[in-house]
Amino acid sequence: MIDVANVTRNFGDFCAVDDLSFSIPKGEIVGLLGPNGAGKTTTMRMITGYLEPGRGSVRIGDINVQAEPGKVKNMIGYLPEMAPFYGDMMVYDFLRYAAAMHGINSLERIRTVARMCALEEVMHKNVENLSRGYKQRVGLAFALIHDPDVLVLDEPTSGLDPNQIIEVRRLIKEIGRTKTVIISTHILPEVETLCNRVMIVSHGRLVADSPTAELTARFGSSVTIRVQVSGCSAAELEEGLRSLEGVKDVHPAGDAETGLSAVLLSSEGQEDLRPVISRTVAQRGWQLYELSQQKNSLEDVFRGLTLESAEEGGAA
Amino acid sequence: MKTVLTIARREASSFFQSPMAYIVIALFLLINAIFFFPTFFIFDRAELRGFFQLLPLFFSFFLPAVTMRMLSEEFKSGTIETLITLPAGAEKIIAGKYLAALGILGGLLAPTLLYLLLIAPAGDIDPGPVFGGYLGAFFLGAAYTAVGLFASSRTGNQIVAFVTALSVCLVLTFMDSFMVFLPPFLVGVLEYFSAGYHFETIARGILDSRAFVYFISLSLVFLIGAVRGVEARR
Repeated sequence: MIDVANVTRNFGDFCAVDDLSFSIPKGEIVGLLGPNGAGKTTTMRMITGYLEPGRGSVRIGDINVQAEPGKVKNMIGYLPEMAPFYGDMMVYDFLRYAAAMHGINSLERIRTVARMCALEEVMHKNVENLSRGYKQRVGLAFALIHDPDVLVLDEPTSGLDPNQIIEVRRLIKEIGRTKTVIISTHILPEVETLCNRVMIVSHGRLVADSPTAELTARFGSSVTIRVQVSGCSAAELEEGLRSLEGVKDVHPAGDAETGLSAVLLSSEGQEDLRPVISRTVAQRGWQLYELSQQKNSLEDVFRGLTLESAEEGGAA
Repeated sequence: MKTVLTIARREASSFFQSPMAYIVIALFLLINAIFFFPTFFIFDRAELRGFFQLLPLFFSFFLPAVTMRMLSEEFKSGTIETLITLPAGAEKIIAGKYLAALGILGGLLAPTLLYLLLIAPAGDIDPGPVFGGYLGAFFLGAAYTAVGLFASSRTGNQIVAFVTALSVCLVLTFMDSFMVFLPPFLVGVLEYFSAGYHFETIARGILDSRAFVYFISLSLVFLIGAVRGVEARR
């Protein structure tokens, strides 16, 4: 549904988005993750046609956004960052205006959207007098008013209180069942609860792109144990540990010290595997040099991937 | 076309719903009256010539003032992002805003018809110059509005937009006043580029097609510039 191909965008000397490519099939909720200034907003602005890519192209369905912007705009619902709207308009007038711009005159649609976004109480207030959370919901209503196939939401839950966050997430999830949604955020739990797929960008490049389940399974609440021994090959060690109960996966760690074999082992379940591992190693007659456990969270993945710049790529 | 009207309606209602609109209109009436009526009582003739003579000058201040925020405000507050991502290209945005600006121009000019009531006791009003004057005023205003919109499309700062548009309008207004200093062969050329000169032609009741062509092309040039200004933001 969304195809981004080799898109690059510079602002003066600063390269905001650097040769970014991805494609999102219909019906997926994708989280675009990255630290501030990573190029999330710029990417979204290029998808919606607000900014022109310096190089590369963006397609929505079969339509090129640059070539036929008019056709695409009816298909996209866009919630810009900070939800900038005309402050001097009443919510109701603003939604009517937005609907009219899409060629919709049905008041019923406005009522439906207002109900979806829980805006009924503020319909006759000026947008500038609304709290941050309500403004954000006006933004959602604005993005949904024409029932678009593609939703582009730039930090949809920023500024909301915890109850509203849950409410908005529920709403997005519901919408996402039938539509293609791309949301940007730097709140990681949001991605875990909302998205089928995560893309992490850093310095304008894609550093990770995988299904959320895979990412959390691999790095999520599980722990990684690092074992280093002498007296056997890495393959033997791998073999020996794999059979233990509670071990999900074992794979060789590339950075073993000379003369030693090292593996990384991921566990499942709550049980601490370290005593079992040390016992096994001793039984086999190997010497244990290292046995350390790291808790891996999505935060670690995120930090690791975004700090060590783009080069490491494909770590997920 | 419908999007253009939607944009125009939003823009115009945003102007006319604020008290500022009525302050500006009242001020425009007042200042014109202050300058017009003293000379009117000297000549005591039932005509609006004094009013139309000063109009290019006052338009140079008032029209940039009402158009300065039309785009720079959008840039500054970020609402341009929502506007562009709605199904409206830069052309439609400018067309809509220009239409609204012409409505505001009408809102400035219409109340001055009251002056007709005030000068009526001085004698019979000759409808020709009055009609010509208002026609000229509309075309002059349309051109200055385009200048204002253009200036607004180039900056996120309303004051900068205002001063830029004011300077351009003043130059267009007074270009023909400086021609005494110029060699004769330049006079004709510059005269053609002077808005003040063409306005006077129409205001005198001479419906010269060159004057209309001038105002329409002036408006178009600045409107195209404004479209480019919006596009340059991307």
